[in-house]
Amino acid sequence: MDERTLLDVLVAASALTMASAMPFLYSALGEVFSQLSGVFNLGVEGIMLMGAFVSIYFASDMGLDAGLLVGVLAGIVTGALLGLVMAFVSVTMHADQGISGIGITLVGRGLSTTLFILLADGVLLVESFQPIRIPLLSDLPVLGEILFNQNIMVYGALLLVPLTAWLLRRTTWGLQIRAVGQNPAAADAMGVDVVRVRYSAVILGGAMAGLAGASMPLALTNVFQVNMTAGLGFIAVAMVYFGGWSPWRVMVGSLLFSAAYNLQIWVQVLDVKLFGETIPVNILLMMPYVLAIIVLVFARDMQRFRPQAMNRPFRRGD
Amino acid sequence: MTNYSAPGLRALGFLFMFAVLSSAVAVGAQDPIRVAIVAPSSIRDLSWSQSIHSSLKALQEEMGGESVLHIAYSEAMSSVSAASETLRGYAEDGFDIIIAHGTQYGTSIFDMAHEFPNTSFAWGTATDTGSDRGINNVYAYQAAAEEGGYVNGVMAALLTETNVIGAIGPIPAGDVRLYISGFTRGVKSTNPDAEVLVVYVGSFSDIAAGTTNGRTLLAAGADVLTGTSQVVVGAIEAVRSAGGYWFSTQSDQGNVWPGTVVSSQVYNWVPMLRDIIERFQDGQYGGIAYKLTLANDGLRIAFGTVDISPQMLMAAGQAVEDIIDGTVVISS
Repeated sequence: MDERTLLDVLVAASALTMASAMPFLYSALGEVFSQLSGVFNLGVEGIMLMGAFVSIYFASDMGLDAGLLVGVLAGIVTGALLGLVMAFVSVTMHADQGISGIGITLVGRGLSTTLFILLADGVLLVESFQPIRIPLLSDLPVLGEILFNQNIMVYGALLLVPLTAWLLRRTTWGLQIRAVGQNPAAADAMGVDVVRVRYSAVILGGAMAGLAGASMPLALTNVFQVNMTAGLGFIAVAMVYFGGWSPWRVMVGSLLFSAAYNLQIWVQVLDVKLFGETIPVNILLMMPYVLAIIVLVFARDMQRFRPQAMNRPFRRGD
Repeated sequence: MTNYSAPGLRALGFLFMFAVLSSAVAVGAQDPIRVAIVAPSSIRDLSWSQSIHSSLKALQEEMGGESVLHIAYSEAMSSVSAASETLRGYAEDGFDIIIAHGTQYGTSIFDMAHEFPNTSFAWGTATDTGSDRGINNVYAYQAAAEEGGYVNGVMAALLTETNVIGAIGPIPAGDVRLYISGFTRGVKSTNPDAEVLVVYVGSFSDIAAGTTNGRTLLAAGADVLTGTSQVVVGAIEAVRSAGGYWFSTQSDQGNVWPGTVVSSQVYNWVPMLRDIIERFQDGQYGGIAYKLTLANDGLRIAFGTVDISPQMLMAAGQAVEDIIDGTVVISS
């Protein structure tokens, strides 16, 4: 026990924080695109589950044995297809977005379970992406182990943050997404194809949720299990609110939530006492969620960034 | 008349023969016993739900197949309200024995037990059969998880090189707490210097969090780990990747992770299920609280393919003997 210094603990917890934040960072960034365009996609959870199953089924030698990269691609394509379904239901058919999303989640949960039973006979394992030490940088004290000794999908999630910010702020398409999410009628009057832009944003959001799902078995757990996302998709949606629809703040939220979870594991491991008493495990396990609620309360100002047309179907002439 | 009556008589004769043959068939063939399971997780979860399903399938084979024992199941019933509807559906469909394989289903079972007096219900982990409240068609069951936990702990204590051993559970309750406390006692009885680090994931299905907990224990110096429930599959993979060892419970996980899982405490529900079926055939529908133990063959220790020393094997055998003969009593 004495050999574990506080610094060792913080480095180990921080390194795992990066890895465990990865799935909801991918899915939350995708949800930013979708929500900024005006479509509130609660189907992220189901899309992640389908992405997780399809990716490991393609990658694992117990499935199609097509390799990790093909697995990732399969997860992305699966997510994009489910995003297309969400776009069709909510944008073309003008269905209630919340209900549509829950429907997608239920379909994803049921379908991934059924396919797992039918195709995989209950066990799917894979040798996942291994950590890549970035030369020189990984030798940096403290930060080297935390930031530069991760696998490619963790690096990918972090790199997507500036890329998403750039796409949304600096490209015409990004401006169109924000325009159709704020005032679709005005954007339409300016010649922006609202339906096309919303479709593209929701499909991209779906693809990123599929990628998030793929990242779980292929870069974290090495294994698929029924309902393995366990609500991470809903946490990702909460992260978008938490981050006020900004990719950078979404990243901060994801890392904070993940850090809170990882630190409470260490509190359990080290049996940290409070006033001489062991802290009850149930209290510790609640901490990340309590933290999220507190931050959401204090971050209510973020609502000013909320896309004004979110959750409202667009009909020309309305 | 004769010409007209002869075909009529022949027809009557055929009808009579048909009726006799039909009744003979009805008397000769037994309807299969119909058993339904409602499980909280997948029946391929490599742990809790798989253990009961595998046992029932083994019993079906032993009894002569589908024509003797018909099995239906509903898995991944994490929603208690949905599970309650499903349990009621099985009862209304006339299933003979309904197994609610989760403590959380208890209220639903007792709510409907009176309505279906000719249906036999069983639930666990539990000890309450409701007999003190006049209910006579409910069985309860539990596993003495601490017994196999103790045996696994004895072996883990001999295997560790770092003297740091990790244990992972979903939540600190019921079967999980029993297993981990038994495991810890087994470790301490053999190697008092070994440290057992215990963590709880907070979920039965979040295997990513299970992975994170497993990696944290490895980072804390653990080289031998154990854990219970379906949430640990990611942790086992983390241990495999790190070249460590794992001790399992509930189902045999050695065939999935042959080089990593040293031994598994396997829940053998077959004797209990056989007894429930035989009692059902004799007209008894409930009133017994079963407990799987090493002594009654409800718990078994299955070894994987990991090379273990003769000393470890002897220590495990001695621990099993001591528990069975009462030399070692593991209070729960």
